[in-house]
Amino acid sequence: MIKKFIGKRVMRNEDPRLLTGQAQFVDDVEIPGMLHAAFLRSDYAHARLLSIDVSAARQHPGVVAVFTAEDMGDDWFPGPPLVSPPPTAKDVTFHSRRQVPLVKDKVRHAGEAIAVVIAESRYIAEDAVEDILVEFEPLEAVVDLEKALEVNSVLVHDDLESNLAAQMFQQKGDYEAARQQADLVIQRRIVIERGAAAAMENRGIVAHWDAKSQHLTIWDTTQAPIPIRNGTAARLGLSEHQVRVIAPFIGGGFGPKIMMFYAEELVIPWAAKKLNRPVKWIEDRRENFYATTQERGQVHDVEIALSRDGHILGLKDNFLHDTGAYDPYGLTIPLNTQSHDMGGYDIKNYSSEFKVVFTNKTIVTPVRGAGRPQGIFVIERMMDAAAKELGMDAVEIRKRNLIPPEAFPYEHKIIDQAFAPLIFDSGNYKAVVDKALDMIGYDKFVKEEQPHLRVDGKYVGIAIAPFVETTGVGPYEGARVTVEASGKINVATGIGTQGQGHFTSFAQIVAEQLGVEVNDVRIVTGDTTEFHWGTGTFASRGAVVAGNAVHAASSIVRKKILKLASKVLEAPEDELELEDGQVRVADIPQKSVSLGELAVLANPLRGAVEPGTEPGLESTAYFGPQYGATAFGTHAMILEVDPETMMIKIRRYVTVEDCGTVLNPLILEGQIHGGVSMGLGNAYYEKLHFDENGQLLNASFADYLVVSATEMPRIEVGHLETRSTLNELGAKGVGEAGAIPVPALFAQALENAFHDRKLEILEMPLSPNRLFELLNEEKSR
Amino acid sequence: MKPAPFEYHAPTTTEEALSLLAEHGYDAKILAGGQSLIPMMNFRLVQPAILVDLNNIPDLAYINPGDDGGLRLGSMTRHHQVETSPLVAERAPLIHETMPKIAYPQVRSRGTFGGSISHADPSAELVALSVALDGNFRLRNRDGERWTPAREFFVGLFTTVLEPNELLVEASLPPMPPHSGWSLKEVARRPHDFALIGVAAVVTLDEKGLCQQARMVLISAGDVPMVAHKAVELLKGQAPTAEAIKAAAEVAATEDIDPSSDIHATAEFRRHLANVLSRRALEQAFQRAAENK
Ligand SMILES: Cc1cc2nc3c(=O)[nH]c(=O)nc-3n(C[C@H](O)[C@H](O)[C@H](O)COP(=O)(O)OP(=O)(O)OC[C@H]3O[C@@H](n4cnc5c(N)ncnc54)[C@H](O)[C@@H]3O)c2cc1C
Repeated sequence: MIKKFIGKRVMRNEDPRLLTGQAQFVDDVEIPGMLHAAFLRSDYAHARLLSIDVSAARQHPGVVAVFTAEDMGDDWFPGPPLVSPPPTAKDVTFHSRRQVPLVKDKVRHAGEAIAVVIAESRYIAEDAVEDILVEFEPLEAVVDLEKALEVNSVLVHDDLESNLAAQMFQQKGDYEAARQQADLVIQRRIVIERGAAAAMENRGIVAHWDAKSQHLTIWDTTQAPIPIRNGTAARLGLSEHQVRVIAPFIGGGFGPKIMMFYAEELVIPWAAKKLNRPVKWIEDRRENFYATTQERGQVHDVEIALSRDGHILGLKDNFLHDTGAYDPYGLTIPLNTQSHDMGGYDIKNYSSEFKVVFTNKTIVTPVRGAGRPQGIFVIERMMDAAAKELGMDAVEIRKRNLIPPEAFPYEHKIIDQAFAPLIFDSGNYKAVVDKALDMIGYDKFVKEEQPHLRVDGKYVGIAIAPFVETTGVGPYEGARVTVEASGKINVATGIGTQGQGHFTSFAQIVAEQLGVEVNDVRIVTGDTTEFHWGTGTFASRGAVVAGNAVHAASSIVRKKILKLASKVLEAPEDELELEDGQVRVADIPQKSVSLGELAVLANPLRGAVEPGTEPGLESTAYFGPQYGATAFGTHAMILEVDPETMMIKIRRYVTVEDCGTVLNPLILEGQIHGGVSMGLGNAYYEKLHFDENGQLLNASFADYLVVSATEMPRIEVGHLETRSTLNELGAKGVGEAGAIPVPALFAQALENAFHDRKLEILEMPLSPNRLFELLNEEKSR
Repeated sequence: MKPAPFEYHAPTTTEEALSLLAEHGYDAKILAGGQSLIPMMNFRLVQPAILVDLNNIPDLAYINPGDDGGLRLGSMTRHHQVETSPLVAERAPLIHETMPKIAYPQVRSRGTFGGSISHADPSAELVALSVALDGNFRLRNRDGERWTPAREFFVGLFTTVLEPNELLVEASLPPMPPHSGWSLKEVARRPHDFALIGVAAVVTLDEKGLCQQARMVLISAGDVPMVAHKAVELLKGQAPTAEAIKAAAEVAATEDIDPSSDIHATAEFRRHLANVLSRRALEQAFQRAAENK
């Protein structure tokens, strides 16, 4: 029997190294003669830079160099546009304004880098930063999204007519006509605020220019090492083969580390080359709060039209999206919001216009969820409002509108981040919802337990929130699979890894194809010398896109193995089996040859290689999906709230995911757990508080409350598998799923808990304080 | 986030530490567990020229029984030692019960009793408890020592009567009288966070079951630990009925405290919580007192 590895709870290959401190992170890189950098960052959110005097800092003992924008000369130019608007879309306005290496004329958000000090130690560098004198002309800060678009608003970018960064309209069907038919039209305004990704490891870079070999090595906490290599080479006038970018182990990506080029990524390699000394910069937590990208700020004006029996006839959602001071990441987030605005519901008529707004705040780029949680929050809030208005059950109204199984592939029609009208490839949505209801015991709770709890004066609510997640978008990824003479397998792929378990899930794919053990497969990721084609780890695409490339390459290697073994064993290929690192003739187990022996035979030292064949048992393959695979899931929770203190306790938390073929349930569950913790943060804990001057009031973990072990509920995870039709593995992504429906779920549960109050939640994140205020407002209504 | 340069001293005796303080006075900062000081130094909010580290002075860490039936705590006693001490559990159950609410284990393994008191954060549990339990502090300088009652020790936000040349060396906590009950209730965003509001209550019943004496101190309710004088006046000599407790809690929340607004809670929400928690704390304290006959 051939061993199956896909779908097994295989322990992670990388964990022994990670847990015993043997894994290399950027800050572990030590090079003789290495210098340390610290940045002078603006205290103002918006100010003109009048003058800057670095002379005292240059004199500071131990300081090697101080650079300003001026010092960069012709090498000073903004970062590249990372993502442009979809070329397929019509009627798009887009003003591209990108971050700069060091501020030249005007500061556009607090924490923007103005100068860099490079010194013998980070301590000295920070001391010398305090010696730099800057003269500012403070300007009024643009903070509020709506005020930013008023005609007399101060401008973030003086050369634009307004703070409008982009505008785009999408529709399907005819919303206005649908509205005319409706029995019920509900309008709401929904506000979603900013949070941080708060990865455990902050960003960091080490750059080492070796003048003698004319070669630049960069260690970078990036989710996209290959684009960083290519872009750095272009900026510094080097060949791509003179630059090696290594993204080693990274303590969490969550999206902000896909953003490029950060100011520091523009400055540090340049400085290392200029000084001909290795330079290290490690972001500290305070810098991370100001300089690493953030997400979620949106204001929605929504309208939903329904028939009396609860069918959605149409949805209209016009919204503002905060992009912060620059918009290098294009329209990815608002496009995701539009493509998730209808959730997994079959809505025929949709109309949506978004406006992207420049503000004097940290740049916005995707953070796990990336616009999807906003869309799901909007539709789910509207579903609850509709259920209440119609006197319908919260579950019933949802089920009535879910896309039915026979409708797949479902033409969603809205253009999403993959630049094409979206199609949902496969799904069985009702089955997922039913499983979640079953796992949490929905009916029993509502009919039997909740009435008793209410009699006892307890406020315990139940909620259920279905959601879709578009995943695994192109363009492509690749992988090279090699059988080595030892019989072990080496796999190289271009994407970086930030804790997703690639060293295990990719190894499982290979092990299944080649008949070896999972820990006989060594995976290399994120080193451009090992593999230099690809884009990166984002959009829940690693397992789908790189996973299928690994699958394709190992299938080819399998064919090569069989072909060679067939010759060696003098048996037809279809009688051969791959198991335990051997190729055997099916009915004659003693007739076998090991993969290692075959690898040697395929790469002989003498004799002739047949014309037309390649040496070795190796293959490189690529996978580029036609469009993204769309996953579906449903979360359910039972939430208790103390109505006097607003403190919460999650009694039950259930998730059911359908992300197609499950490669490794253990890793999948880890992804869900992490996602839920971020989602809970977005629901009740994590809000970045900016004041009217654009100052961040909680730029530390003392005041920015990430969800910790003490807040996490036990999560019960269920799986259903509806294979994706878009790739051979049948896989869909799941990296962001956990975070997506949580705020929507939480709001529903709170409203359900406060059964005797007319509480309506139209904002996220909440806090005990805010909940107290909402209940007071309700009381005085 | 690296501290500004400083000169580091690691004395091994209290006397040595005191003479360093005498010499450097205002330029020096004492380093105890470092759980408050080091973050402030890394943020460069404080930039002491000289750091006097107490961690090498074993004589300052102890938990001893007091002759009065109470406790003597050396200033360098770690939170973890207090948390796990059977003597503290027996003689100061209120402190024993509270310790797990202070931060989390990593912080408690370094943070010290004396550091928490000297730091005088109005959000710190031990600051409020020392007042609720009517403790006394022994302060030393090179030339002598003085005792200060906890209720007079905290004079403002992060400010105490300690002179720059003085060291807090010991806390003395008297036993609670017989027929006493206690409670600490707090609301924190996450269990290990500083409380949005906390209430420490110690009450004593007389023979007839009336309230003989009560002390209630509120955490995060003003610049210093806020003693609920007016609320407690209402209770004295009264039977601790639900109505009496409710009325006292109401007064504590409206008249005895001066909470401020920040990003986590408005003053209004803090007053609301103070009301709720004062009621809950008094209820539990009186119930325990009744059981402690
Ligand atoms: C994440 C985190 C969460 C926390 N949560 C809580 C909480 O919920 N509740 C709570 O009460 N505390 C909390 N703390 C604070 C913690 O209890 C600290 O240990 C305490 O406030 C300071 O004690 P320390 O020994 O660390 O003092 P240090 O930080 O070393 O010193 C604090 C101050 O006191 C001075 N000082 C120290 N010892 C003496 C002395 N003997 N004589 C004179 N001056 C002295 C120092 O010079 C300094 O100014 C938290 C801390 C952290 C890091």
